[in-house]
Amino acid sequence: MLRIISTRLAQGLLTLLLASIIIFSATEILPGDVAEAILGQSRTEEALAALREEMGLNRPAIVRYFDWLGGMVQGDLGTSLATKRPVADMIENRMWNTLRLALLAAAISVPLSVALGLWSAMRAGGRVDKTLAMTTLALIAVPEFFIGLILMKVFAVELRWFSATANTRPYFDFSENFRALALPVATLSFAVLAHMMRMTRSSVINIFTSPYMEMAALKGLPKRRLVVRHALPNALSPILTVIALNLSYMVSGVIIVETIFGVPGLTRLLVDGVTLRDIPLIQACAMIFGAVYILLNLLADILSIMANPRLRYPK
Amino acid sequence: MNDIITIKNLKIEGRPPGGEYVSIVKDLSLNVRKGEVLALIGESGSGKSTISLAAMGFARPGCRIAGGEVWLNGRNIMALSPRERHALRGDEVSYVAQSAAASFNPALRIGKQVIEAPLWHGVGDAAALTATTVELYRKLDLPNPETVGQKFPHQVSGGQLQRLMAAMAMSCGPDLLILDEPTTALDVTTQIEVLKAFKDIIRDQGTAAIYVTHDLAVVAQVADRILVLKNGEMVEEGSTDQILHNPQHEYTRTLMAAVRPAPHLVDHVRASAAQATVVSVRNVTAGYGALTILSDVSVDVRAASVVGVIGESGCGKSTLARVVAGLTPLRAGKIMLDGQVAAPNLNDRPRAALKDCQIVFQMADTALNPRQRINDILGRPLEFYQGLKGSARADRVGDLLELVDLPRNFASRYPGELSGGQKQRINLARALAADPKVILCDEVTSALDTVVAAGVIELLKSLKDKLGVAYMFISHDLSTVASFADEVVVLYAGRVVEQGPSKAVFSPPFHPYTKLLLSSVPEMRQGWLEGVADTSEAKAASAGSVVIGAKGCPFSNRCALAIVGTCEKTAPPIRELPGRLQIACHLPAAQLPLT
Repeated sequence: MLRIISTRLAQGLLTLLLASIIIFSATEILPGDVAEAILGQSRTEEALAALREEMGLNRPAIVRYFDWLGGMVQGDLGTSLATKRPVADMIENRMWNTLRLALLAAAISVPLSVALGLWSAMRAGGRVDKTLAMTTLALIAVPEFFIGLILMKVFAVELRWFSATANTRPYFDFSENFRALALPVATLSFAVLAHMMRMTRSSVINIFTSPYMEMAALKGLPKRRLVVRHALPNALSPILTVIALNLSYMVSGVIIVETIFGVPGLTRLLVDGVTLRDIPLIQACAMIFGAVYILLNLLADILSIMANPRLRYPK
Repeated sequence: MNDIITIKNLKIEGRPPGGEYVSIVKDLSLNVRKGEVLALIGESGSGKSTISLAAMGFARPGCRIAGGEVWLNGRNIMALSPRERHALRGDEVSYVAQSAAASFNPALRIGKQVIEAPLWHGVGDAAALTATTVELYRKLDLPNPETVGQKFPHQVSGGQLQRLMAAMAMSCGPDLLILDEPTTALDVTTQIEVLKAFKDIIRDQGTAAIYVTHDLAVVAQVADRILVLKNGEMVEEGSTDQILHNPQHEYTRTLMAAVRPAPHLVDHVRASAAQATVVSVRNVTAGYGALTILSDVSVDVRAASVVGVIGESGCGKSTLARVVAGLTPLRAGKIMLDGQVAAPNLNDRPRAALKDCQIVFQMADTALNPRQRINDILGRPLEFYQGLKGSARADRVGDLLELVDLPRNFASRYPGELSGGQKQRINLARALAADPKVILCDEVTSALDTVVAAGVIELLKSLKDKLGVAYMFISHDLSTVASFADEVVVLYAGRVVEQGPSKAVFSPPFHPYTKLLLSSVPEMRQGWLEGVADTSEAKAASAGSVVIGAKGCPFSNRCALAIVGTCEKTAPPIRELPGRLQIACHLPAAQLPLT
């Protein structure tokens, strides 16, 4: 099993490397370069050439790629063109905002979706199942920003229970934090809940037809125990995969939620970077999203490998 | 009245997806007394499994118990609430399924599953129940009874798992045991151990049992009474002795007639005179990934002849067919098709070589595309190999259907509209469409009922005579091979242990493994099981398990005649015996088993 896990880790690293190549080449293909971006409208050919020389932009792309990659590996994410501050500093506090949002949403949506999925599987075809199916399908179909705006309108504007902006301050106490974060976390949870719940439901239902489920039923066990004890452990692998996909979506895809609720998060930073053509910032953000995505999928794979007794205990 | 279970006027209905309910079991009544074994026999679709499940008040999804009474221990369980019925299952009545490999939850440890039912029903606490099951394991002759419960299902062999399932069913001390084809999926040699275990345990505990099977020889060993079913109705009921030796009903007689005689009692086909060799497998070694399955296998198939390949599951029979067909590339050795060396990989073979060698698989269902009409299934190879189009193609499809004794108008049907036997005939017709020299038949009759299988064998024989096609006939059913094959190859752990003309292989002297196989084929004689299970061969065989890639003779760890110090260390020599018989064994010819 260790060998499978280490192979998988190596694959993860390789994927990350490929991602870095793609990110670097994508920013390379963009019209204009950093020098043009810095000098802006006021550039002259001489100034451009001088700056390029100074920044080493005349070197071949491959050399600059390894330079950049080497910096990344050592934790040097480069210096922002717009603010002249190290990118790492800019990202640090933004990342915390995004991560907090994602972690809170995950802590709520993952257990909830698995529980609802199991409940729905237990009552497959029944009223509970149909109601849940309809609600979650509706949630998938309605765009996030719409849900976010509705929630804001109802709970922040009309009822005034929660705050409409998620901009927290360090001196906030728990209830203030709660008021600030409730709506974005709820919006984000709604967006991912349906997916994970439906996957849990269908993976578990798939297993219902296997002979060992009939065997367990013929032992006189109630449905609840059949689902939780006999079906769930065998359905873990696809459930973990879809959870990982949704969690990585939450980190990189929260742009809409961050925009609506004014969260100063990482995706906002990325968008700002694109507007300002702040190439080192774009590259760093893209690498972080890529790494999170790869890491979460890696984690899901390793967990499903460990959940499989055939791999855990070879013959 | 000491009936454990009485079923009165049971009616069960089933509904195909999206269809209306139709009757599956009509007005069936039966009873089983304490300590008695009632066998339900019949072909597939006769409702025998459905009835056995109804004895627990259970109907599979899509089925419903539409009427009748099921009295268990003096209570009509159909009148109970679902909750009360649940309480009976796994307590008063328990179930043993056909495939233990599929019926154990792969994600949970065996011991937990074995004691799950009694623990849930409050029969005892976990420690006490575990102690009882260890005793049960010991009684069932399971190796390492103390620790086997800690293992996961994939870590033990199929035969052991089947016995563990028996332990699982017995762990709650049931009054009624339901056994649904519990040995059908097993090899003959393991079947003996498992049958013996079931029989002992039923006798020791005085449990009543309903035993569902289609295998009459197995029935003769375990049943006290037999109930013959057809299309959900009782045809005949009587004592085992009466049904086996003096069947009254026409249908029971048909069933008895389809039972094949023991391999050594068959009239053997006379090996045909020297014919050209169409397939020649020379010293082939092959496997999957790091695993080597076949090692140094040599087999010849002559034109218009049948080579039977026998051996237990996992011995490499199917791998041999796949290597010949080029589906699994060989690692060493070579394959000659019609005198030409064939590329190891299917993709590198010219169309003519592909055409000469066709394969028919065991599962007729999965080998046919359910979304294609028979017309297309048979038409594709005709177009590919013969270049036939339009009306010429349609005519040929009709001819092929007639060749396999099916009506021409089947061309417009989908596979789903055909029965199992008919689907297998279509598979055969698809192979014939290429006009091959040899057809590799991989367990083609194993999934079919006895009567239907006999029909397919007859068809294969007539096609051989009519078209001069040769077969490599892979089967674990020795009787079929004995009655059909000219030459027989016995495989064990990927090596040929014996080969020669059918008559020579199935008569003495034997390789010790061939002898074990032959003596393990159940006989219709009552009391056969007790005799055979006590022999030294059977005991030696159940002590070990198949080892792939052994250094010496692979069978040495299960052989009663093994020469310690020689057999497990060096590969056995091939002894050439009179009548073109080859036996790979360290024992000198004179010491080989004769009976």
